[in-house]
Amino acid sequence: MKKSYKFYTGLILFFMYMPILVLILFSFNDGKTTVWKGFTLDWYVDLFKDQMIMNALWNTLLVAVVASCVATVLGTAAAIGINNFKGKKRVLIQNVSNISILTPDIVTGVSLMLMFTIAGITFHFQMGFWTVLLAHISFCTPYVVLSVLPRLRRMDYSVYEAALDLGCNQWQAFYKVVIHELMPGIFTGFLMSFTYSLDDFVITYFTRGSSFQTLSVQIYTMTHQRISPKINALSALMFVAIVIIMVIINIKDRKNEKKFV
Amino acid sequence: MKLRRPSLPYIAWMVVFTLIPILLIGFYAFTDSNGAFSLEAFGKAFGYMNVFANSLWIAFISTLICLVLAYPLGYIISRQKQSTQNILTMLIMIPMWMNFLLRIYAWVTLLQNNGPIDTMLSFIGIHTNLLGNRGAVILGMVYEYLPFMILPLYTVMSKIDNRLVEAAQDLGANKSEVMGKVIFPLSVPGIISGVTMVFVPSASTFLVSQYLGGTNDIMIGDVIDKIFWSDHNTGSAIALVLMVSIFAFLIILNFFGDEEAIS
Repeated sequence: MKKSYKFYTGLILFFMYMPILVLILFSFNDGKTTVWKGFTLDWYVDLFKDQMIMNALWNTLLVAVVASCVATVLGTAAAIGINNFKGKKRVLIQNVSNISILTPDIVTGVSLMLMFTIAGITFHFQMGFWTVLLAHISFCTPYVVLSVLPRLRRMDYSVYEAALDLGCNQWQAFYKVVIHELMPGIFTGFLMSFTYSLDDFVITYFTRGSSFQTLSVQIYTMTHQRISPKINALSALMFVAIVIIMVIINIKDRKNEKKFV
Repeated sequence: MKLRRPSLPYIAWMVVFTLIPILLIGFYAFTDSNGAFSLEAFGKAFGYMNVFANSLWIAFISTLICLVLAYPLGYIISRQKQSTQNILTMLIMIPMWMNFLLRIYAWVTLLQNNGPIDTMLSFIGIHTNLLGNRGAVILGMVYEYLPFMILPLYTVMSKIDNRLVEAAQDLGANKSEVMGKVIFPLSVPGIISGVTMVFVPSASTFLVSQYLGGTNDIMIGDVIDKIFWSDHNTGSAIALVLMVSIFAFLIILNFFGDEEAIS
């Protein structure tokens, strides 16, 4: 790499990582301010003792797992169906699907809140876990559709017919050929759903009602109150988790690439 | 296999959870608190015109800075060997996965009075409030959304056939001509999707200015947040205006490039 290239890349990466690293540094600081007072792990102990945060973490993971699984099934089925529509109908369905991706989060959030409020009055329920889950499935599914559709378009339909000719029944052929062929797209869609769901604040904030807490809502409450180094400890742990996941995915990708070469 | 039925649950889902909520926003925007037709909500929404203009301006400047910072980096990454490309894109994606509030909060920590940057600046005798101004808001936006500009630019530029560059060079083009006449035109779809992915969320974001900005830097998202809980009608009107203007922006943007860029 040219020296000027290296310098520029380093500069941008410094800009992107420096704030996170500073947070991590202060998570070990024995004091509540940003003045270094010595090393401690107290904030980590506090973090794990905090029932609210642990509860929020559990809720976040639960919503993310369920929402991304449902979205993956719903979205994959939808993509297979949409692929068989032609002309104007197809364009219409895809546009509505894109609308929900392009609508600003805050508009999606308030519009769902409006509907859940009205539905809640009519059918006597309150916003909470279920409304957040429904909202998450709604904003995740279009991403699954979007990542599966291109794979379908590239798929060779005759392989499916060959499987039938060679004695597969319809379900076997579907499972062994179609799903197998779509798997990378399905996986990407699942991963996108999972991360969007984990990361979402805005839509959760508007659809959670008064008591349901997820991690991002909890972080919002914590950062709005007094600054607590517990947040720094939380950031550090999340950062480490993300790095580990990314490295694993990257290694897995590389192994797959080698297999096909 | 030529089935359409598997898409029915999704179509039903979209009608219930995408179309009906948006229609409800429309309904509330055009009615008063008694449910009768009225333009009162838009009248009230008009009072936030300057906030709206502010938000678009902040989003525009942030998008521009992101583009200027990201373009060279996208190019640099796309010129590396494959393994370096993979590592660099991973490094760009990692901060993106950090919770967005934590990333903003990191800047609050950095910029606060007696924080690390303030302390460093005071060594050379500079003392100002780094937080609570428009610069800090734009900095926060650029920090949040920069990866969303780098990645599409990199993707598009890595697909540019190197033989085109070589052909241009063979035909006598110098470095800047190659950049201007080959690389730039071919990277336009990347610019369009990058601008979309940065402008849309930054124009509609809330909280960033609450954390980093002053009272004059409040954005339209914060207004929706504040109003909606008590006044559904005005909140809906503002949300509707925001949504329509963003769609209008996207349509105009796509006149400059091919349709594939946003989908």
